[in-house]
Amino acid sequence: MTRTHDVAVVGAGPAGLAAAVEAAEAGLDVALVDGAAQPGGQYWRHYDERHARPDDRAGHHGWPVFTGLRERLRTARAAGRIRYLPGRQVYLVTRDEAGTFTLRTTPSGAVGTPESISASGAVGTPESTSASGAGEAAKTFAASSPSGASAPDAAGQVTARALILCTGGYDRQLPVPGWDLPGVMTAGGVQALLKGHRVLAGRRAVVAGTGPFLLPVATGLARAGASVEAVAEANGTLGWLRDPVGAASVPGKAVEAAQYAALMARHRIPYRTRTVVTRILGQDRVEAVRISRVDRDGRPAGPVKEIAADLVALGWGFTPSLELALMLGADTRKDVDGSLVVAVDGFQRSSVEGVYVAGEATGVGGAVLATQEGRLSALALARSLGRPAVPGLMGRLRAAIGRGRRFAAAMHRTYPVPSAWTEWLEERTLVCRCEEVSYGDLRRAHTDLCAHDPRTLKMLARPGMGWCQGRVCGFATAGIAACLNRRETTAEDLRPLSTRSLAAPVTLGELAALDRSRTSPDDPHHDQ
Amino acid sequence: MTYRMTFRGAAVPAEPGQSVGAALVAAGILDWRSTRKAGRPRGLFCGIGVCFDCLITIDGVPDRRACLVPAADGMRLGDSAQDRSLGSPQDRSVGSPQGDESRGGGSRDASQGGGRDEDA
Repeated sequence: MTRTHDVAVVGAGPAGLAAAVEAAEAGLDVALVDGAAQPGGQYWRHYDERHARPDDRAGHHGWPVFTGLRERLRTARAAGRIRYLPGRQVYLVTRDEAGTFTLRTTPSGAVGTPESISASGAVGTPESTSASGAGEAAKTFAASSPSGASAPDAAGQVTARALILCTGGYDRQLPVPGWDLPGVMTAGGVQALLKGHRVLAGRRAVVAGTGPFLLPVATGLARAGASVEAVAEANGTLGWLRDPVGAASVPGKAVEAAQYAALMARHRIPYRTRTVVTRILGQDRVEAVRISRVDRDGRPAGPVKEIAADLVALGWGFTPSLELALMLGADTRKDVDGSLVVAVDGFQRSSVEGVYVAGEATGVGGAVLATQEGRLSALALARSLGRPAVPGLMGRLRAAIGRGRRFAAAMHRTYPVPSAWTEWLEERTLVCRCEEVSYGDLRRAHTDLCAHDPRTLKMLARPGMGWCQGRVCGFATAGIAACLNRRETTAEDLRPLSTRSLAAPVTLGELAALDRSRTSPDDPHHDQ
Repeated sequence: MTYRMTFRGAAVPAEPGQSVGAALVAAGILDWRSTRKAGRPRGLFCGIGVCFDCLITIDGVPDRRACLVPAADGMRLGDSAQDRSLGSPQDRSVGSPQGDESRGGGSRDASQGGGRDEDA
């Protein structure tokens, strides 16, 4: 049946690409599984390469780094060293007694053909994995993918003796009245529309939240022709430049910040610090936002201003994707930015034997750091398998990663989620968009039903129980639970909202097709 | 060449390489389904396959993520009754703990999405 790889790398963003090519070049047999149709992850997201235009790289940072990695991926694939599986999401990962990992994958939908084939069949479900349907899908996979994908086995299954999880992250969100209106998007989603699809999500935009990522989103919108009415930054700004540890760690970042400042000035984008969007107005779509000056903790403390807008881009930092690491039982911790991350040692090893983690899943830190961590994880794994190491290389990488982590921490301290953010909420503000659970619902579950910890809150009021499984509202729900108990959010608050039985929705057919003998004794359905 | 799709019968163009969701937004269509409880409009939110707000019926197949699925010539989008009342994968009888009345109240509220100041 399947060939067992030396290592399966999950995610083809900065960390995963670096890990995969480094492992392959060190002589390992690699599988690279990614949800997107082509490599790059969120950071290097770009238009479909089959229809590329020269200006698609506009606004991209480190593009030559990406094209270099992509070229090495091509070379390694041609040499049979990397089996590349794009357009597939890993929904379950298990480990057998011998220590071999099995990844179950399902089509993400990002590669069109396999699903449309099975969809046109009698079964009528896009992700049907009846034996014939999946086989058919697998056959056409190679031909249909823009990057010429390899085919997974008939059951969409990949086995490997080690894992490097490079699952990245996505925009962290805080609910605010009106955030469920069409025209409100995550900052990353707005960016993805621009970079991945050449589509401007609106004409009059307000970009709000906190952190340096708001700047590329705002300038990207302006460059594409939108009028950016304001960037509302909840914190004071550029504090990290004064942070002796942070600024000295990664000097290039100061240059990048200066470039963005110049772009903001050129496009005449008002940058309002200590300002938050307290309400998004509109009937069936965004019409305006209300912004307010806030104090250091995020409490409204100044005049309120209304700004007409048809697009609101929100981002409060990033939430790492931890479901696969948590499924395997890896230890986690709360990072400086308040997010739950996988705890790793100086060689990117998690607490689970054979499971390495690199990039945002070990702490949000950006693409440069992620690339370094990806390389280090692959080199460390190769060395543990007895492959010769380049003298000094791992030491240099570890030093660079240390500097990058210190810089990331300084950034996180500069752009915290304001501690008083729950005061922007109204009783009727939706917290969980999927299950339509309001802040009032959560408060009532807390007071009337004694749902004090987030897990009980989730069970009784249902936040995080819908399609997205708490990916969007998990951080906010944990924060609300802690706030209702008048204390700070802990890792224990975040964990139950980050754990998912399955990391992607799959059809009953896919579940039924699971080969029980290869599933770990751990019941994958323990959390629901 | 520009692809030609339809959304509930109306023509929606798409450039090869765009997602279904991107093409809809480019055509000025910001929402294509309604929430199960409050019947509120939803379209793209995260834009990268995480939030499932953008679920849509494509060529008769329900619950596809519009932000991920590449546009293709001749696609029929959102032409199922289900797109008007999509819910969660399983409908569950255990609702919000406060009972239907308060749940309904919460829902109606969410439905304004702002615009009124009764709580301010």
